[in-house]
Amino acid sequence: MAKKTHVTTTINGQQVEFLCEARQSLLEVLRDVLHLTGSKEGCNNGNCGACTVLLDGLPVDSCLVLGVEVEAAEITTIEGVAQDSCLHPIQQCFLEDAALQCGVCTPGFIMTAKALLDRDPNPSEEEIRFQLAGNLCRCTGYDKIVRAVQDAGQIMGNQRGATSAAAQANGSRASKAKARAGSK
Amino acid sequence: MSSTTEGTKYKVIGTRPVRHDGADKVTGRAVYGADLRLSGMVRGRILRSPHAHARIKSIDTSAAEQLPGVLAVATRNDLPNLKDKIANLGEGAVNLAHLSANVLAHDKALYKGHAVAAVAAINNHVAEEALALIKVDYEPLPAVMDLTEAMRDGAPLLHDDVHTNSMGKKSEKPSNISTHIHFETGDVDDAFAKADVIVEREFRTASVHQGYIEPHVATALWNADGHLTVWCATQGSFTARQQTSELLQIPVSRVTVVPCEIGGGFGGKIAVYLEPVAAILSRKCGRPVQLVMNRDEVFEGTGPTPGSATRVKLGATNDGKLVAGEAWLAYDAGAFPGGMIGPGCMCVFSCYEFPNARVDGYDVLVNKPKTQAYRAPGATQAAFACETVIDELAERLGVDPIEFRLNNAAKEGTRRVDGPVYPRVGLVETLEAARNSEHWKTPLEGPHRGRGIASGYWFNIGLKSSAAANVNPDGTVSLIEGSTDIGGTRASIAMQLAETLGIRAEDVKPRVADTDGVGYTDVTGGSRVTFATGMAAHEVGLDIQRQMTERAAALWECDVESVEVEGNTYKANGNSITFAELAGKLGQTGGPVVGRAAVDPQGSSHGFGTHLVDVEVDPDTAKVTILRYTAIQDVGTAIHPAYVEGQMQGGAVQGIGWALNEEYFFDDQGHMQNASYLDYRMPTSLDVPMIDTIIVEVPNPAHPFGVRGVGETPIIAPPAAIANAIHGATGVRMHELPMSPPRLWAQMNKNGS
Amino acid sequence: MKDFEFQTATTVDEAVSLLAARGERAKVLTGGTDLLVQLREGMREADMIVDVKKIDELMQLAYAADKGLTLGAAVPCYRIYGNSEIAAAYPALADSARIIGGWQIQSRASVGGNLCNSSPAADTIPSLIALDAVCHLAGPQGRRTVPVAEFCTAPGKNVLGRGEILATLVFPAPADNSGSAYLRFIPRNEMDIAVAGAGSWVRLNAAGDTIEAARVALAAVAPKPLAATSVSEFLAGRPAVEQTYEEAAELAKNAATPISDKRGTADYRRHLAGVLTRRTLAIAVARARGQQL
Repeated sequence: MAKKTHVTTTINGQQVEFLCEARQSLLEVLRDVLHLTGSKEGCNNGNCGACTVLLDGLPVDSCLVLGVEVEAAEITTIEGVAQDSCLHPIQQCFLEDAALQCGVCTPGFIMTAKALLDRDPNPSEEEIRFQLAGNLCRCTGYDKIVRAVQDAGQIMGNQRGATSAAAQANGSRASKAKARAGSK
Repeated sequence: MSSTTEGTKYKVIGTRPVRHDGADKVTGRAVYGADLRLSGMVRGRILRSPHAHARIKSIDTSAAEQLPGVLAVATRNDLPNLKDKIANLGEGAVNLAHLSANVLAHDKALYKGHAVAAVAAINNHVAEEALALIKVDYEPLPAVMDLTEAMRDGAPLLHDDVHTNSMGKKSEKPSNISTHIHFETGDVDDAFAKADVIVEREFRTASVHQGYIEPHVATALWNADGHLTVWCATQGSFTARQQTSELLQIPVSRVTVVPCEIGGGFGGKIAVYLEPVAAILSRKCGRPVQLVMNRDEVFEGTGPTPGSATRVKLGATNDGKLVAGEAWLAYDAGAFPGGMIGPGCMCVFSCYEFPNARVDGYDVLVNKPKTQAYRAPGATQAAFACETVIDELAERLGVDPIEFRLNNAAKEGTRRVDGPVYPRVGLVETLEAARNSEHWKTPLEGPHRGRGIASGYWFNIGLKSSAAANVNPDGTVSLIEGSTDIGGTRASIAMQLAETLGIRAEDVKPRVADTDGVGYTDVTGGSRVTFATGMAAHEVGLDIQRQMTERAAALWECDVESVEVEGNTYKANGNSITFAELAGKLGQTGGPVVGRAAVDPQGSSHGFGTHLVDVEVDPDTAKVTILRYTAIQDVGTAIHPAYVEGQMQGGAVQGIGWALNEEYFFDDQGHMQNASYLDYRMPTSLDVPMIDTIIVEVPNPAHPFGVRGVGETPIIAPPAAIANAIHGATGVRMHELPMSPPRLWAQMNKNGS
Repeated sequence: MKDFEFQTATTVDEAVSLLAARGERAKVLTGGTDLLVQLREGMREADMIVDVKKIDELMQLAYAADKGLTLGAAVPCYRIYGNSEIAAAYPALADSARIIGGWQIQSRASVGGNLCNSSPAADTIPSLIALDAVCHLAGPQGRRTVPVAEFCTAPGKNVLGRGEILATLVFPAPADNSGSAYLRFIPRNEMDIAVAGAGSWVRLNAAGDTIEAARVALAAVAPKPLAATSVSEFLAGRPAVEQTYEEAAELAKNAATPISDKRGTADYRRHLAGVLTRRTLAIAVARARGQQL
């Protein structure tokens, strides 16, 4: 039996401890150890993006990260995108714009889109296509995915605008909330 | 962007509700095959042949069995002997011995990646280590990869029991040509003699893969009571059940197939690969066993769609009329007979009126994975040939390519070369829509640019579907159906039930049941689900409406005949009650209402599409950029226009991939060199523009709402349309797919342009 | 994949001693985007993986206009193109970093890892050669330096000895009137291995009309990334005009010795070496003249 290592990390805002073998990828740990099966395995070698998670805020292919590497990291998976039973604007726009067919690539696209729109809610179509190029979709032809990301960006930009207006009106407490939102 | 039924006679049909399974799929909660976790479940891996062709002299599994953590090993010896058994699997007859030998190789490995043995172990890593301990004694044999080579006398033979079936006659000697098809109508030779212009060209296309993002997966539990349950990613739970039961020689009643959410199929997830193997492993170790393929196994071990060699000769008169056509098509079947040559032959001339035509087709065995259906199987290869020659013929005649197609377009009454006569169809309307489109009317400017057009046809099938629905006391309806949902069909089926009952799409709760939970339902394939399962849902609605009418009559103590239904309202003698109100009174009027239906519509619903594309070709590198793309299709009636557009866009982009870069690249040993998403180059988001769609609606008279089926037609036209556009940009006519940069560059330089 | 021991080194000495003890059976982990795939596919084997991302020296990204750039071997690509000062000073490096894999790969993959993987088709190596970067190595025998142009020896092979690691890449300060560019040819627009690639650096005279010095390097047209010295030597003293780039392109084609494989034919690759040399020279010159490209 292969030796296991104890790892402590933060996943979707919760501190998590697990044991894993050195050879197990973060994707395997998420799916088989922690039973977070929303991140999908499409190729297991970094070419499809279906396993994309955010590692310290950056999109990574979780199949190309070892479980033992994430000690003390901050990880966001698809399971952590909706908050308090409310869909995230990206999730809502994927549904309203019919941006998924089989849906198996969808979690990965949403994670990359989140990283993109958290940085810039108003990217150009070219920028969206460039940043999403590490995520393969075989069903949609990408048209509706790109539109969903554009639409979600608009909502997120408006929300950010609203937060910032509220911050100016309400003073320091709201400013802190805004700073938190901005640092995501 | 689209002109659809939106805002016309229907309340639900033509609207764009959020799909019923949507929230699960955007939050990661939907359970796909590989997400299943069962108590005591173990994992399995498959050992695959390193040779493209080899006799398997022996398999020694003893060392693997002794590795700690290994629970079971399976080989050919664990499968029943099925010599010469033929089964009808709903998609035609299948030789079960071949199907069995594809699942686990029998006496020979017939392609690199052919499954040879399987291991169940406590985890994937241990199972993989065990595979390395299995000793297989192979006697390598010469492999044949090229289909024209394989057709020659003296080529290495894959099977000594396959003889050419030529229109019912069997060849004396065994052959790699398993089937020869011949269709003929009119006097072809005479018509060519009278033609003013004749163009004849030869074409080649490479093997391409369906490319679904979810690898094949199956989990099996052979329970202590002898009952087998299989959870899998399949396009058809009932065909998976039948194949599994036939291969294992156990009654269908002892097999339950539970369809999980499925991550794409496109025709490639109809045949079983893992299901019987997982079942054997589970029987041996008494625990649920999950088998998931790696991506390279998907490429090397599952169905690509055929590579082809074709020749098309067309003759026309100076007034722009097609008078004769002749086509010769050879498609590779892969390692076992039964490729896509039949539909290829039926589709090659299906867009036009040919008074005189002749088609010969050949199904050819080569040492590649057994080919499988891929979205309009066989039609894309044929259309690439025919539509390229049509374009050249129009050019020679000096006729606009749309006018030339309109002049000769198939319409109601046109007889297809294989016999059927079309009812009302919509090819002409798609061509007219193309001619009237902003895209066509906008001049294409700039150097190295070209515009291309092509049309495509796919049958769209009917087949069997069952459904049932329960009326809930709050006026909602729970719908149970058996079509695995690959692209939003829960919504398109539920909407047809909602329309029938006059309720909202959101008030129908669709569920895809397992093989014990719903009546027999054929595969999600053939563009049939929204058509046939939708038809079943409509009939379920009528059944419920009939029963609700009886309940209203019981409530008002009047004759059933006096109750009238208007939308969601039941009326009689001045009384009126809504569906929801009546649903709340079922307890007082006789108990639950359950509707049910089973349908088996015959024949085709005939889907025609026309695609327009603008390309730019880099004169230095020969790289093709898609500048603008418009897909136009007659869909009959668009139930959920957003998902109709999605099918058209997705099919177009798969066709773009097929046209430009996708191919199986084999070395001289028959080993695939690009079995990964890195080097098997499917389009990324950065490789395509927005795909504009024009939905044309010529309602299908054979469906209550006019549905024709949508999914497959969109892949057919793109390669030919792009080839025609490349000709406009460079002056070069490409006759080989993919039209990859090195290949196009070689042609551009050969022609001195 | 076989299990292995996982070690996190926090100093260069610790990494070197761990690696020296295991020799070939130990591998360095930076971003892992090549290594984990190779281990999984059986192309490489390891008993021990040494993660070097916790070593400060290997994670440094230090730039000063007068001193140049020190790039830690484990710094992920996104930090390079995300730093506008560095991207402006070493545009070819930023060009390369921006196109390795998709965003997910760039969050992890390092230039140092790309160099140590030593693929003939590596997208960063022509840029490193063109920018005259020097490898600073640390091993059981101490420290040494090797020019990037001499680092790779064959497909997947390099000069690293037993227990030796790449610590940093050091780039000279950008010269006045200099510019650089990297382009590769791929059939798609992203997520591909180069069919051919070219990195070019030029230094112009003050008037900006003459190339004083140049370095051109090519990817995927030889068994290792190729410093095209015949091209570089030809360019020195030539006018910075299209005609010069075209002549350089012909020399680049002559320098290339490509093979035919799944990614392209030898003829096509040789042709591309010329096209990409011409195009990167034009971009490098434009950048040297201060244009934003």
